[in-house]
Amino acid sequence: MSEKQIKAPRPLSIEETYAQRPRRWWVYTLIVLVVALILFWSASGVQYKGIANKGSEVAQGIVRGLASPNWDLLLGRITENTTTTKILGITVSTEGVPYLLFQTIAIAFLGTIIGGLLAVPISFLACDRVVPKWVAKIFQLLILLIRTIPSLVWALVWIRVTGPNAFCGVVTQSVCSIGMISKMYITAIEDLDVRILESLDASGCNGFQKIRCGILPQIIPNFISTVIYRFDINMKDATTLGIVGAGGIGAPLIQCITSSRWSMVGSYLFGLIILMMLIEWVSTKIRNRLTRG
Amino acid sequence: MKKKNATGYRVPLFDRIFKPRVLVLANGHSVAQPRSRMPLIIGTVIALVYLSIKLTGFDLGIIARRGHQFFVILSQIFSPDVFNISAETYEKFGMDPAALSLLSIFDGRWWEALWYTMQNSFAPTVFGPLLDTVRMSVLGSFIGATIALPIAVACSTNINRNRASVTILRLLLNIIRTLPTLVIAKIFALIFGLGTYAGTMAILVFTIGVIAKMMYESIETIDMGAFEAMESFGANKFQAFWSACMKQILPTYLSYCLYALEMNIRAASILGYVGAGGLGILIDERIGWRDYNGLGTVLIMLFILVVTIEHLSQYLRKKLS
Repeated sequence: MSEKQIKAPRPLSIEETYAQRPRRWWVYTLIVLVVALILFWSASGVQYKGIANKGSEVAQGIVRGLASPNWDLLLGRITENTTTTKILGITVSTEGVPYLLFQTIAIAFLGTIIGGLLAVPISFLACDRVVPKWVAKIFQLLILLIRTIPSLVWALVWIRVTGPNAFCGVVTQSVCSIGMISKMYITAIEDLDVRILESLDASGCNGFQKIRCGILPQIIPNFISTVIYRFDINMKDATTLGIVGAGGIGAPLIQCITSSRWSMVGSYLFGLIILMMLIEWVSTKIRNRLTRG
Repeated sequence: MKKKNATGYRVPLFDRIFKPRVLVLANGHSVAQPRSRMPLIIGTVIALVYLSIKLTGFDLGIIARRGHQFFVILSQIFSPDVFNISAETYEKFGMDPAALSLLSIFDGRWWEALWYTMQNSFAPTVFGPLLDTVRMSVLGSFIGATIALPIAVACSTNINRNRASVTILRLLLNIIRTLPTLVIAKIFALIFGLGTYAGTMAILVFTIGVIAKMMYESIETIDMGAFEAMESFGANKFQAFWSACMKQILPTYLSYCLYALEMNIRAASILGYVGAGGLGILIDERIGWRDYNGLGTVLIMLFILVVTIEHLSQYLRKKLS
């Protein structure tokens, strides 16, 4: 048998390759049509009814408020008609921006810490590498339920228990945080490298030592990074929850907007913007350090 | 105080206060072991927790005393009136409510009773606001994402070389993102009047903030070789970006858009609380009337919507990558 010479096909020139490029115009047309249809349907339900009769006044008011905020409020100065309270022996104005901002931070901080601690057992129980499949499924459903019910609803339910105060915010955030935190914890647990445990076994470590040196170093940075990320979200959420009466800066902010006290709105917004940027900056710094080790 | 050691490495403040422990090895070399930071971190956290408890009036006693109240409400939410077939309904369809068992679901009359309950429950009223929520988030996400792309390009340092404009644009984006959606929605509801238009605008603004930030971060990591080659051919910035960078960022951009849509559906469901249209109005109303079975119905439908959209978007995002 003589070897058959396989004739290689003539290489295509650039122009020919370009002419033969896959053309799936009908797929693209279909996608565009579907998107256009969905958009048309959505737009049909959202109607522009013009600016409300006080609309332009509101828009001007907000700009004016941001340009000239109420400095007494922004710096938390105590005047004759402010209500005051004592925290650690320091008298502070309860309407001042600093107190409200610190309260908002406190709500988010405490809520995140409690949520982060509660999420540890739940995430281990919802991970099918650790427990039987059916147990994991039950806890995964629980996490999904916590995640889908909006935090505002949780707050409105908890208000019936605790009354409208900052404590309600803490409890709400503790419950709400569990959902997302456990979801990210589970990913961390599933990524655990268990081969390390075998080598620790081989070198004669006991159970406690295996957890201390094999598991904790792997998951702690992940867990802390998740909790800090959630703190970021909770800060923003705490403001929202304040609107329904769960403490913090949200309630006074919305009240001032409704009653058109623009200079007060300006000072609250100023405080909020500065604080949020500060927190985002710090949390990014810490998380970068954690991931780099 | 000496801030740098012999190798020029800046010694952290902590190590300057708490001197590292010096261990002398068998061969005479000495090794400095820095002190553990753990006590400091734990101490700080405990102090902050104490301060937070003072500031928020944290009191576990209230939970112990009134916690059962929460479970009363929760159990009502979890028996939504769509599935709550009353004894009268059973009798109406010729079934004995006392003799019900698991087997009665094979009885056609049971399904008729369920259908009757569903029709007379709160569910039919939920459909309108639910669709409004979807409409607001789809329209807001689409327009917001479209506007966000040019802003993101203008914010990326590898394409826009003007430092000042980048800084100003990023500052504006940051301000947008720091404002809670509910506050934006409230302001728009006052400006544009109550209804879905205000909600759409709030979602649009929020989407611009989120997508522009994520996009400029990923634009900054793309391969600039093709872009520079196009520029050297004499293409202007727009042409170079369109043909060299668009292909690279399009999949990321689309998946961010889908992600934003997912988030917006959740966000849109509560916007009605401040009068910006959608499910929030119903949620507020049901809780105000303490009709927790009705609230359960609203939440179940929201749950189904969110899960459907999430699965759809995850499927599409998997296709994209």
